[in-house]
Amino acid sequence: MPSPKRIGKIKFGLLSPKEIRTMSVRKIIWADTYDDDGFPYPQGLMDLALGVIDPGLRCKTCDQKAADCPGHFGHIELAKPVIHVGYTRLIRKLLRVTCRSCGRLLLSPDEIQKVSITAEDELGGDYLTEKDIKKERSCPHCGEQQLKVNFEKPTTFSEVLLEDGKKNEHKLTPADIRARLERIPDSDLRLLGINPEVARPEWTILTVLPVPPVTMRPSIILENGQRSEDDLTHKLVDIIRINQRFKENQDAGAPQLIIEDLWELLQYHVTTYLDNEVAGCPPARHRSGRPLKTLSQRLKGKDGRFRGSLSGKRVNFSARTVISPNPNLSVTEVGVPLSIAVEMTVPVRVTAHNLEEMRALVLRGPERRTLKDPCGANYVIRPDNRRIRLGGENLETIAEALEPGYTVERQLRDGDIVLFNRQPSLHRMSIMAHRIKVMDGKTFRLNPAVCPPYNADFDGDEMNLHVPQTEEARAEAAILVAVQENILSPRFGGPIIGGIHDHISGIFMLTHDLRWFTKSEVLYLLKFFEFDRLPEPGRIEEDGTPRWSNKQVFSMILPDGLNMVFRASSCINCDECRHTDCERDAFVRIIDGQLQTGTVDKKSIGAFDGAILNRIIRQYGMDRASRFIDDLTRLSIRAIMIDGFSFGIDDEDLSKTEYGQIADELVKAKDDVDRRIRIFEEGQLEPMPGRTPEETLEMQIMQVLGKARDRTGEIAGRHLGLGNSAVLMAVSGARGSMLNLTQMAGCIGQQSVRGERIMRGYEERTLPHFRRGDRGADAHGFILHSYKSGLSPTEFFFHAIGGREGLVDTAVRTSQSGYLQRRLINALQDLKVAYDGTVRTTMGRIIQFEYGEDGTDPMKGSFGDPVDVKGLVESIIKEEV
Amino acid sequence: MSVRINVLDHVMVPNHQVMSEEEVQNLLRRYDITFDQLPRIYHDDPGVRQVNGKVGDVIRIVRKSQTAGIAEAYRLVVRRPKK
Repeated sequence: MPSPKRIGKIKFGLLSPKEIRTMSVRKIIWADTYDDDGFPYPQGLMDLALGVIDPGLRCKTCDQKAADCPGHFGHIELAKPVIHVGYTRLIRKLLRVTCRSCGRLLLSPDEIQKVSITAEDELGGDYLTEKDIKKERSCPHCGEQQLKVNFEKPTTFSEVLLEDGKKNEHKLTPADIRARLERIPDSDLRLLGINPEVARPEWTILTVLPVPPVTMRPSIILENGQRSEDDLTHKLVDIIRINQRFKENQDAGAPQLIIEDLWELLQYHVTTYLDNEVAGCPPARHRSGRPLKTLSQRLKGKDGRFRGSLSGKRVNFSARTVISPNPNLSVTEVGVPLSIAVEMTVPVRVTAHNLEEMRALVLRGPERRTLKDPCGANYVIRPDNRRIRLGGENLETIAEALEPGYTVERQLRDGDIVLFNRQPSLHRMSIMAHRIKVMDGKTFRLNPAVCPPYNADFDGDEMNLHVPQTEEARAEAAILVAVQENILSPRFGGPIIGGIHDHISGIFMLTHDLRWFTKSEVLYLLKFFEFDRLPEPGRIEEDGTPRWSNKQVFSMILPDGLNMVFRASSCINCDECRHTDCERDAFVRIIDGQLQTGTVDKKSIGAFDGAILNRIIRQYGMDRASRFIDDLTRLSIRAIMIDGFSFGIDDEDLSKTEYGQIADELVKAKDDVDRRIRIFEEGQLEPMPGRTPEETLEMQIMQVLGKARDRTGEIAGRHLGLGNSAVLMAVSGARGSMLNLTQMAGCIGQQSVRGERIMRGYEERTLPHFRRGDRGADAHGFILHSYKSGLSPTEFFFHAIGGREGLVDTAVRTSQSGYLQRRLINALQDLKVAYDGTVRTTMGRIIQFEYGEDGTDPMKGSFGDPVDVKGLVESIIKEEV
Repeated sequence: MSVRINVLDHVMVPNHQVMSEEEVQNLLRRYDITFDQLPRIYHDDPGVRQVNGKVGDVIRIVRKSQTAGIAEAYRLVVRRPKK
């Protein structure tokens, strides 16, 4: 392999006509491409000297075949010069700052001194701009009166003549402009920030047009044998045709009017050839009406050359499929379908030490029918870098030939480390390294506890998998990217992996209050868990059978010696905490690895919270923590299966008394609203400070109705206890809230647009169902029904209005935050913390003198604080502080 | 005419000082950097004007930090480019 070369510097400049002619291998004069036999015309757009694309032909310039010939430029001599659209702003600036007769800068030497004093200064030197030149003046060098230069998009320049008070525009032809630019002396250009050695301004006016090699505009042959030319070729054909006609007319001495028209047409074609999306210029179209993709369009935008082809790369050794859950896998594992495992390979160098093992792999070949079959190999690479595909008959001969220096590409097997990723990759936990477990089926399997960092669910999500191909990559993956190294989020220093949904419901049901299990139940719950002996039973029944408490069962998966005291999510912050005697069993106390009181729920083990998990990480390390998550997910799934867990429409049923109370509550609220409206209409309403009476009324109504809804929720909540699945999920923090339950069973409440009651619609009313000027609750989007009881037609309409706002908000938010993220990443992607603690760019420029001002790793802190003092003290004195 | 106020007196504005030649040399040596690897600040920045910083000076900015107590930053004064 050739050694990589270092780029010293890059110089940007303009191509001079001379340069264009020098690099050209052929002057192109014919607009046609191929003759009837399918052979390119000499001096046509597909001339063989411009490179070849058909296999078999040889390039006339370099005598190489299609695969090796890089292609060569040709050129078109334009009948008259035309402006290059990409440089119109530069041309405008130059026309405005230089004299129309002598071409010098419109500044006297003194003025230049004053304005450009820093131009040569390294620290933020400036060049002259249009603003430095005063309008309406005469040239300080030759005294010529200057005229205003007007620019009209896309390429028209004109001078404004003042003749007896009337403005008279006089158009400048590209030839005039070129002549003016030619007169600007080199010394003046340097002051303008232009290096005349590489970019004389007159080169922005094209007199000769380079014709790109055919290799960058290949023609394709359609199924019916017809040739289809590239968009660039089409555009070049147009340019040559017009150029030809222009020349003929010019030679024949056509009238000025026709010449001008043709000149403009040529300008249009050259403009669209360079950029087909210029403002003020209709885009050139294909016969089908599709706008042509010309030079600028090839480079620009997401799928352009830069963002699409150079920064964006595609990789080998990757796989993608649907994901599905499997709580029996470890969080550090990923289940990979057999069909993927046999396709993807890991290269292994053959050494004296693994020779026999490698022989066995090669002998087995690529066939692997069942999970139980040992892994085989797909390719062997000989020391001379020849790749040999293994299969059928060659296995034995190759296995025989195997010796140190060979490389065997073996299939994936259990324990191989791979990178696992889900888009959008918004943070570093979006790519983590897992260990492979080859499985049946066609999906990637993962423990649901790793869903939060990937933001994955199983409604059809797909994920990608990459197999590292070198020892270094595998080491890096195992040490830095592994799941257990990323349990803590660098965003807030807390665990981001942890129990979700059913894990939380399950562990809540298991640990809530006191419960006694028989031996067989305990063994069922802990079936997966390796332990030497059961603890002493917490109680012996009268008939002598031992019983273990639910807290004892949970304590089995806790590390020994763990001490913690905290309040669970189910804590409602009573005025006076009764600690271990808590009615709701929300006071969690873990002493010496034994759960004494309290319920384990979201606060203890949930993703983003995980107090117990957090403590295990700090006290016992990442590996113990990942083992805890594995045990926890398996235990909680078994726990939820003991009782079973479901939710149906009849779980929202209330009794007659509750329905009566809810109806009373809503009638009362409505009456209250009507009363307030009456007070307002009588003009008796006392406005709140800084608000109009109308605003005051609106606020009062919102408040009254909001309270009414909450009260219906309370009524419903009183009826539905922890025996209700929705309540259990809300209290434990597994999913949903009491508000959701209120809306299902009690009353949906006020619908709003931008935080206000719904006001839009018709004149003075929201819908024709109401009277004009009705300010009542139901006329402005209050829904007094519940989801279960069903909505009335007007309520349904208001609900749709409110729901639409939510959808629009999310759509806007995602697109805006996506763009914000892109800009942020572009700005920060190459920064790194140097060994001296400074944050630097790749060029060594300092961004921060100490990372984050304090040099601390946010992952090592605790939810924003450097040290979790409270938690530490509590775990030592074993009491709440 | 408006009243000239000292921006450095404002609670939200950190302390700015112009560094001496010797201090600058020590700074560059400490981080093993050249002038143009320093972060920059415009010459017309209110804080720079207050301490009378000139183009080419290095300004020391001392901030109070919640976690680090005191955090120092150094910025090279440059001309604000036109436009």
